[in-house]
Amino acid sequence: MAVPEVKEKYAGRIQEVTLGAGSRGKTVAIGGESTLPFLHFEGTVANRPAIAIEVSDREPDDWSPLLKEAWGDVMGDPAKWAAKAEELGADVIALSLDSAHPERGNTGADDARKTVRKVLEATTLPLIVYGPGQKDKDNEVLVAAAEEAKGERIAIGNAEEKNYRTIVAAALANDQVVIAKSPMDVNLAKQLNVLIGDMGIPKDRIIMDPTTGALGYGVEYSYSVMERVRLAALGGDATLQQPMVLTVGYEAWRTKEARTNDEVPQEWGDWAQRAILWEANTAITLVNTGANLLVLRHPQSVALVRKAIDRLMAGA
Amino acid sequence: MALSGIQIYKVLPQTNCKECGVATCLAFAMKLAARQAELSACPYVSDEAKAMLDTAAAPPIRLITLGAGDRKLEVGNETVVYRHEKTFVHQPGLFLRLPASLSDADFAAGVDKVAGYTVERVGQMLRTDGVAIEGASADAFAARVKQAVDKGLAVILLASDPAVIEAGLAAAGNTKPLIYAGAGADSAALAPLAKKYSASLTVGAAGDLEALAAATEKAVAAGAEDLVLDPGMTGWADALALPAQLRRAAIKKNFKQLGYPIIAFPGSLSDSAEEEAMLASLLIGKYAGLIVLDRFDQAVVYSLLALRQNIYTDPQKPIQVSPGLYEIGEPEPGSPLLVTTNFSLTYFSVAGEVEGSGRKAWLLVADSEGLSVLTAWAAGKFDAEAIAKAVKTTGVAEKINHKSIVLPGAVAGLSGELEEELPGWKVLVGPRESIGIPSYLKLLASQ
Ligand code: B12
Ligand code: SF4
Repeated sequence: MAVPEVKEKYAGRIQEVTLGAGSRGKTVAIGGESTLPFLHFEGTVANRPAIAIEVSDREPDDWSPLLKEAWGDVMGDPAKWAAKAEELGADVIALSLDSAHPERGNTGADDARKTVRKVLEATTLPLIVYGPGQKDKDNEVLVAAAEEAKGERIAIGNAEEKNYRTIVAAALANDQVVIAKSPMDVNLAKQLNVLIGDMGIPKDRIIMDPTTGALGYGVEYSYSVMERVRLAALGGDATLQQPMVLTVGYEAWRTKEARTNDEVPQEWGDWAQRAILWEANTAITLVNTGANLLVLRHPQSVALVRKAIDRLMAGA
Repeated sequence: MALSGIQIYKVLPQTNCKECGVATCLAFAMKLAARQAELSACPYVSDEAKAMLDTAAAPPIRLITLGAGDRKLEVGNETVVYRHEKTFVHQPGLFLRLPASLSDADFAAGVDKVAGYTVERVGQMLRTDGVAIEGASADAFAARVKQAVDKGLAVILLASDPAVIEAGLAAAGNTKPLIYAGAGADSAALAPLAKKYSASLTVGAAGDLEALAAATEKAVAAGAEDLVLDPGMTGWADALALPAQLRRAAIKKNFKQLGYPIIAFPGSLSDSAEEEAMLASLLIGKYAGLIVLDRFDQAVVYSLLALRQNIYTDPQKPIQVSPGLYEIGEPEPGSPLLVTTNFSLTYFSVAGEVEGSGRKAWLLVADSEGLSVLTAWAAGKFDAEAIAKAVKTTGVAEKINHKSIVLPGAVAGLSGELEEELPGWKVLVGPRESIGIPSYLKLLASQ
């Protein structure tokens, strides 16, 4: 008896979004696929998932010692950090303007401009620029960043339900891409994409961040939310067809497994191996359900995820 | 594929004799369709009808059992392609491959590593399942199999010579081993052996699903029932594509010939333990039933067990603990009182840190319907009112001689409202992550 045909015919396709233009030596396209992750037998996987390395404008005081060991001195200088990240295989630099947070330095628009300029000069890669995650300061520094990087097609984020207007307007005015972030829910993601789209920003300039939890800390929820988003998108729902970015490094490195080796069960194994795997396995699990762009922290997990993606693309 | 009551009724005797305990054959058929009755309750069904109903009722992916006793492993019996459609039910078994040619000491060490590995996570004990033993001479093989079975492990017999396989089967006794004779082996020829020893049998075909279906048909014709599929993955993309096709064929098309669990060997497609772990993660996420590892680093195994636990949690029901007042380390009236939610992960993160600190504390677990601190807060299920209610219903005030309560740092913003809800109480704000609890308790004690 012949094996029944199991190929799906999807009505929809994921939107392709390109990061980088102008002085960027390299541009990175994400999305564009017409099937679920790496099912090369039934559709095209137009672009490989890309890897961004997270760089902060302020020496992080709460990062795992393992990350500090891996990056060393460059952590005090976002330009050097970005250059090293490029050397170590990033496709994109995810610059976090964390020092703008009222409790972590409260720097302002001028500082943001200077930092963005320095980092643009230090690397040829496209940028993501994140605000500190506090509404007013996000508005202040992300507008500055969007203006400073005009012509470079950077991504700015996060635009959330509570504060998307100013950020989307800045992206629109300066030809940038916007990251739409919603808390782990298909309908909220959809709603935000619609609101942002209504402001007139074209679809090829929106990336969505459906929020993730780390391995052992909610990754299964992202797995299922992302899969539902992706199936709806391929099924033809145009409001969910944006490529997905996930802040894997941030989530994985705040878990106990990654952060510490003090008084943990012996069964948890070698600390460095465990911590790196915590990030790499979170990343690969999300790649398995549709991630298009991963923001990572450790050079070794970057190398592992990159090689895994090479292997997954080899069937194309 | 499930049958309707009417379809079942058509093959029943239709005499309404009531011996099944139901008034009519039709009513009995309806109960069968709703899975509220067993076909065996009707003494008059024909063998033919029985066979038809059995096939129709069989799960789309056959349930396979390996091992015995408290390490019995069941895989298969899945009913959905996507986890959110319902849930994935049977976690994939994790095995370590051990060549029988290892020295006695090395082999014993390998077996001990697997048998001895258990780790607690979110209140559950997680562990690996067994070993896959790679053939040698019949005698040596039998001895190795016995060694593993004696430790309670499930075994996969990796051997191609029927005499060696039989030695292994005999040594495994009634522990339901799995025969794996290699991707290219003629499994039908091994069917009688599998049957004789109630073992399951792997059927392989390199990357060709038509050939694989033909091979399972042949093995079934030769008497085998419990099959496992090796679709012959030659790369990582295959490791996603082949299981996806098998799962769809079995579940969406009810294609019985491919309705069996899948076995995978990620180590042979990887250059390091980390890569092997990542491929195993992909396979846990999508559709492997048995995963045989070549390397056993504790960190790797721990991350895979955590992922397996995550993916196989029912998406509709977060793992929860009962709300109430928990005592950590025999607390005294003067011990601090901490409050958290009843999401298991949250509870065990906090309880674990308090225990680890060696200090005593009261842990008040509010009913948040199984949600984490911030999720419950955002959903309005962990607010000042809910916390005050937990304080009152548990009667904690009578057990302690102070009136202060420590909030999770993530919801520091609740302290004002909570002080209003609990007049006379002092609300303290603890650290944001539970990892900060030991030093926080130390600080509290010194004040
Ligand atoms: C998984 C998840 C979900 C799951 C639910 C999982 C569950 N059972 O709780 C789902 C998908 C269902 C969900 C839903 C929602 N979510 Co949600 N979710 C998450 C996610 C990814 C992880 C949460 C988690 O499991 N954390 C792990 C546990 C262990 O953390 P925890 O409980 O906070 O405990 C830690 C600390 O608080 C501390 N701690 C705990 N207790 C105590 C006690 C004391 C005394 C101390 C000192 C410390 C302490 O120790 C723990 C370890 O460090 C987070 C984002 C993220 N990455 O963290 C968002 C997040 C919590 N969700 C959010 C939101 C808004 C929602 C929704 C309202 C959105 C929606 N979809 O409508 C819904 C609400 C649910 C509903 N309507 O029923 C927001 C909350 C925003 C905010 N800051 O207020 C978050 C932060 C995402 C975001 N960035 O926007 N979510
Ligand atoms: S026992 Fe069988 S034949 Fe008799 S009523 Fe029940 S279903 Fe009908």
